[in-house]
Amino acid sequence: MALPISYNVRNLRSRWKVTLLAIFGIALVVAAFVTILSMARGFNIALSSTGSDNNAIVTQRGSMSELSSWIDIGNANLIAVDPRVARGADGKPLASCEVVVITARPKKGTNIPLNVTFRGVTSIAFNVRNNIKVVEGRSFTPGLYEVIVGKKIADRVSGVDIGSTISIQRKNWKVVGLFAADDSSFESEIWGDYDAMAPAIGRNGGCESLTVRLTNPSVLASLDKDLRANPQMQVQADSERKYYENLAGSIGTALIILASFVAIVMGIGAVFGAMNTMYAIVSQRTREIGTLRALGFSRFSILISFVMESVLLALVGGVVGCLIALPMNGFTAATGTNSFSELAFAFKVTPDLLMIGLGFAVIMGFVGGLLPAFRAARMPITRALREA
Amino acid sequence: MSTTEVASKTAAVSVQNVRKVYQRDSLQIKVLDGINLDVPQGEFVALMGPSGSGKTTLLNLIAGIDRVTSGRVTVAGTDLGPLSEGELAKWRSRNIGFIFQFYNLIPVLNAVENVELPLLLSPLSKRERRERAMTALRIVGLSDRSKHYPRQLSGGQEQRVAIARAVVTDPTVLVADEPTGDLDHQSAEEILTLMETFNKEFGKTIIMVTHDPRAAARARIQHHLDKGVLSN
Repeated sequence: MALPISYNVRNLRSRWKVTLLAIFGIALVVAAFVTILSMARGFNIALSSTGSDNNAIVTQRGSMSELSSWIDIGNANLIAVDPRVARGADGKPLASCEVVVITARPKKGTNIPLNVTFRGVTSIAFNVRNNIKVVEGRSFTPGLYEVIVGKKIADRVSGVDIGSTISIQRKNWKVVGLFAADDSSFESEIWGDYDAMAPAIGRNGGCESLTVRLTNPSVLASLDKDLRANPQMQVQADSERKYYENLAGSIGTALIILASFVAIVMGIGAVFGAMNTMYAIVSQRTREIGTLRALGFSRFSILISFVMESVLLALVGGVVGCLIALPMNGFTAATGTNSFSELAFAFKVTPDLLMIGLGFAVIMGFVGGLLPAFRAARMPITRALREA
Repeated sequence: MSTTEVASKTAAVSVQNVRKVYQRDSLQIKVLDGINLDVPQGEFVALMGPSGSGKTTLLNLIAGIDRVTSGRVTVAGTDLGPLSEGELAKWRSRNIGFIFQFYNLIPVLNAVENVELPLLLSPLSKRERRERAMTALRIVGLSDRSKHYPRQLSGGQEQRVAIARAVVTDPTVLVADEPTGDLDHQSAEEILTLMETFNKEFGKTIIMVTHDPRAAARARIQHHLDKGVLSN
């Protein structure tokens, strides 16, 4: 029979200073690990919910982003009536001709200018992308210099409260609402009416991108092929999701690599910390181990007992680490994209990430406890009994 | 009838031509040299001798926590030589009760939990374990201290708890290594009286290592070791 777990709990409690230090060390590692993972998770959510596989974004051939693209309105209209483009309930093609410009807005608190995408859309844009919801105020009125602001960017830049006026391209635009878009990168944008905005920014007679709802995601390849085959158009079609993933460049991957790197480096540190603690505990309890072995407890039960103690220690550290990381949930951060504008995203501390954090803590405890536990189990009884 | 079974009828402990040699780097240190010793069932034996004479080593071999270099140790009818580590651990839990010089109680367990510890290796239920541990504490006169932790007990009381722990499994042999070595005169007397009680009233075979002639005098048989050789 193994030693009861209460024996380990009491041992940890009796050496509370060492225990607290070890718990604190592991808690910090788990907190950092979970926080970075939650950042990567939030970033990925922002990316994955920005584009839809049902939508295609048509841009000028060779352009890397909307900013360097231009589609003549005539070509845009021709693409919109393609049979592979879905139609709304009113029978009109679900094709959104959009203009974009980057505008600098002062960051809250610091006044450092942040690049924000200002997008001109028609009402069809809200049908093509059905995750856009005005959450405060109202939507802009067509033909007027009115804008709605994505709620993430509203948290990060100043002067975009509802009722305030912002100056973009020498025009004053009134902020009339805030919109949400399922945590996607559209929440990092300011949207206004296409017809008011295109002349104001000197983009008449066309659009920088045309986002269309496909009848079926599988028709994308043929649409792209046919568009590319038309020498008069010089356009390309891409999956909207893929487009936004590419726009973020390697940032998502970099975040995951960073999380893994931090986890590995700090994890190794924490494993050594746990190991050091457990070695100290084993060394303090040498005679106790000898006594237990003399009484008839097997090497295996001693091994299990010390590993359990280490895992228990790490588990408490893991729980504390998760509690430290929890307030980071919803914290908004931002990064630049290949279109030179801000992509704001919220940290997402989800239950599965907390479980990963706890699992990580258990692994650290297990690995850190294993060698000292082996030492305890393999100690000759007569030598252990002689220890002071 | 096998040799080991014959041995168990005649002696609780039989040590035959035992040698123990420790290897330190290139040096061979001979600790026991051809020891022969029979301890009859129910005897109280004292092993005496100067420091380094090998008496604790001999006790450890009898208790199954160390291995002979050559020779044979048979305890309660079992030849300890062929037993694996795991078998030996199991055997110790059933046959040997340990009494140490420094009591070796587990500091985070209270008196009754310390006494109960060896019973965790038995098939007894939790309630039975607790009852037996309380009985053992009652016998050593400490039932009112069952919830006290070792740090809350005097040296003599700690040793009495250790004796309760040693006898709670009803082992064949009690081995005691300097059981009074850390105690004042009065506590030492109490401990020796308690050991005598276990020997006389409960028929326990006791092998005690001691420096103290007064302690040795309480045993019925005294053996002297000198430089690894039994002198009488």
